[in-house]
Amino acid sequence: MRSDFTKGISHGIPIALGYLSVSFGFGIAAVRSGISPLAASVISLTNLTSAGQAAGIDIIAACGTLLEMILVQLTINIRYSLMALSLSQNLSPKFTTGHRLLASYGITDEIFAVCSAQKEPLTPLYMYGMIFIAALGWVTGTALGAKMGQILPQNISDAMGIVLYGMFIAIIIPPSRKEKSVLCVVAAAAAMSVVFKYLLTQVSGGFAIIICAIAAAALGAVFFPVKEDEAE
Amino acid sequence: MSIAVYIAVMAGVTYIIRMLPFTFFRKKIKSRFIRSFLHYIPYAVLSAMTIPAIFYSTNSVITAVAGTVTALVLAYFDLPLIVVALSASAAAFITGLIERSL
Repeated sequence: MRSDFTKGISHGIPIALGYLSVSFGFGIAAVRSGISPLAASVISLTNLTSAGQAAGIDIIAACGTLLEMILVQLTINIRYSLMALSLSQNLSPKFTTGHRLLASYGITDEIFAVCSAQKEPLTPLYMYGMIFIAALGWVTGTALGAKMGQILPQNISDAMGIVLYGMFIAIIIPPSRKEKSVLCVVAAAAAMSVVFKYLLTQVSGGFAIIICAIAAAALGAVFFPVKEDEAE
Repeated sequence: MSIAVYIAVMAGVTYIIRMLPFTFFRKKIKSRFIRSFLHYIPYAVLSAMTIPAIFYSTNSVITAVAGTVTALVLAYFDLPLIVVALSASAAAFITGLIERSL
């Protein structure tokens, strides 16, 4: 029982380190938008998402409408629904409704990525351990960034910007090496993402990721359907 | 409008998006297409999020490329997540030092 929690914590440490640096930047940006360090930290604690929060503080700073806030959060964060659906297929029987209600709070890109790479069914304690350490890093980074702004030398904070992406690469490369199907999906998604970034610039970043991911995964499902026992 | 209202709306929408599918979806999916689709979704999402954004993650394309190549090589040899992630960052940092001293 306890070891699942500690396992979750240890798997979550790279996430927490990455979050510490990313949310540090969020903290600085929030204060620049006229939001107090306390409010910035509360936003990080209650939202636990990077792109959605960044868009959210822009709306707050511009005194936007609540409808705008709702639509922007839906658009940027709807990918979490796909992730939640995917994770729901590999949960241990210990995941009762109460546990599901609690653990949904912590479905982020990175937590999803690490959880979906697990072979065994996910247990609530494993997810709680990971969410705990990740949220701790996220909120701590926000508070530090909001309070202290520039304590970190620029070249260190710049280099820390790549940590989360490095983790993504560590998740997608090993299966791409073993399965041609995964490699094709990964390459298709990357190629489409590049097209959106440089050619279809009118599509917002959040939407572009959803479109690329759905299209690439659908291509994979059409051309390389998984075998009966393979899809967990 | 009070900032508390904004924060409550933001947090509420974000939570519901995560909670509904995670909590209320109980069945094992039968459709082979949908199971295949969900099998590939993680890799597709992460790939689309990483490329090309990683090249803009360090405020210098040169240091970002150094970090990316380092991550790709170490990931190819199946090193642990934290080793890959921190080595990418270290490579970007060192390249930044070299870049500035040139």
